[in-house]
Amino acid sequence: MLLSPPGVLFALIGTAGLALPLVQFKPNRIVTGEGIGLHALPLGLPLAAALCGLLLATCLGRWPAALRLAAAVSGFVTVILSLGLAASHLTPEGNTIARVSPASGFWLLLLAFGLMLADAVGRLRPSLAMRWLMLAAALGLVAAILASGLLDGVSVMREYASRRDLFGREAQAHLMLAFGSLGAALLVGIPAGIAIFQAPRWRGPVLGVLNILQTIPSLALFGIMIPVFGWVAASLPGAARLGVAGIGVFPALVALFLYSLLPVVSNTLAGLSGVPAATRDAALGLGMTRPQVLAQVLVPLALPVLLAAVRIVLVQNIGLAVIAGLIGGGGFGTFVFQGLNQTAMDLVLLGALPTIALALVAGIALDLLIQAAHRGTP
Amino acid sequence: MTGRILLGLAGLVLLAFLAAPSAFAPLFQPFTRNNAPAIYTQTSLLSLTLSHLAIVAVAVAASTLVGLVLAVLVTRGAGREFLPLARTVTAVGQTFPPVAVLALAVPVMGFGTGPTLVALFLYGLLPVFENALAGLTGQTAQVTEAARGMGLTPRQRLWQIDLPLSLPLLLAGMRLTAVISLGTATIGSTVAARTLGEVIIAGLLSSNTAFVLQGGLVVGILAVLIHQGFQALERRIRGRMGLA
Repeated sequence: MLLSPPGVLFALIGTAGLALPLVQFKPNRIVTGEGIGLHALPLGLPLAAALCGLLLATCLGRWPAALRLAAAVSGFVTVILSLGLAASHLTPEGNTIARVSPASGFWLLLLAFGLMLADAVGRLRPSLAMRWLMLAAALGLVAAILASGLLDGVSVMREYASRRDLFGREAQAHLMLAFGSLGAALLVGIPAGIAIFQAPRWRGPVLGVLNILQTIPSLALFGIMIPVFGWVAASLPGAARLGVAGIGVFPALVALFLYSLLPVVSNTLAGLSGVPAATRDAALGLGMTRPQVLAQVLVPLALPVLLAAVRIVLVQNIGLAVIAGLIGGGGFGTFVFQGLNQTAMDLVLLGALPTIALALVAGIALDLLIQAAHRGTP
Repeated sequence: MTGRILLGLAGLVLLAFLAAPSAFAPLFQPFTRNNAPAIYTQTSLLSLTLSHLAIVAVAVAASTLVGLVLAVLVTRGAGREFLPLARTVTAVGQTFPPVAVLALAVPVMGFGTGPTLVALFLYGLLPVFENALAGLTGQTAQVTEAARGMGLTPRQRLWQIDLPLSLPLLLAGMRLTAVISLGTATIGSTVAARTLGEVIIAGLLSSNTAFVLQGGLVVGILAVLIHQGFQALERRIRGRMGLA
């Protein structure tokens, strides 16, 4: 075949991106700005030509997957560098009010090369170790670009620069919400899953209650937690001293914990039930006690299913923790909702982009862990 | 049986509440403070519920249509080239937080129902697509062989074998999408979509727990009813096809 169909799709998306404005220039943060294309920038024409060439070249014929990967990465980096270039060129010297934000063209180009990257990685079928390396390399590349200061003129980075300390605190709060609720859910959920595995009578009621909990909209669950903990803090002596309060991080943490219980409990049960009866009998026949069978046979064999629960919960909680911003629980949601209220989209991006990145990295890393765990079990 | 009676009761209570919310005021009064109103009256709860359901229905219908067409495309002919890509994209796409998608849709579409629809549509695509893919490719070897032996053309095979057999899985995907969308649509009210989230947010802003509770309860009951409805439909179809 002369043309690679996915390549044609990427080229279509990418050329559309080249035709649309790369950035939006705004004299200040709130007003709507004007779109500026890549070709209108100094060095823009050769850059656009290079990107166009890359997109067209990858349409043709059958490139080896490794070469495709290289093309995708270089395209990706070029698009990001063009954004930085546009920002530093368009902002007048010393002006701190003007904003240059990424526009539709930038996002489409990023999408085109991102899809190309995904396609290439999928075709390459890298080994597990290679995948870890790729993840680390991607993180390193992003960190290097951010640290190099090339993007400092871009609106999101300006929002970041003006609230560096706050960003660090909210990042910490976000991680604490996501991982703290995961930890609590594992501490409670795994024993609960083991308990209903051994007492089948309780499976229906426990899973039923957790299922219903899951249907309460996140916004409402967060909202209900506020008065509940406000009341606990006010009426239980000592509770307030332990950090229990109606506002802040505590209600958000508990709401996330409640959402996390169902995946953990049901996957623990599924993982334990999935161990063949013959394996269990063999372990008992070897003279192991029941607790030993549980700890040395059942739980290790159920590990991949348990890790799958960790993946579901972690990715879900990183996303849901955004809502904590609405009830004063901190996290990246603070920026998202502040930005939405002020219609300052750069601020929304400052909250949304790290959340997406965090969820992506957590999802990929746990997928790799699950694969590794599957290898350990037959 | 008791489950069904409980569901029916929940549905009836919901209908009664939506028809005459003020009759339930004494129930919600204990959750208010300083004589705040117990029932949200800015907009009628019934119209908010209908608008909420309409947004979810449109989003689910759109994501089902597009997800199914995409799944059919990538499982035959030249589209097969896209299969590995489609799998990667769905896996990656599912890690995107719905709130972030919603927030990112605002600069493109402005405030209102638009960004909510887009976010729900995009987020709903993945379960439908994944399940449709599993349904379309998961036929047993015997079925494939039999279809070939009967001399069915690829088109006939699609319409008479693959699509009908993947229906239960497709419905399961739609169920997931619908339940997730019901909850996520409430967040749409932060960008001015007309959903029941409006009630919850009003409650959050005026620290009126009664509002938060009634908004959350209506959405929760709707979610349970829709979940059970889809499951009943799945069981019926499975039973008719002799799968269950």
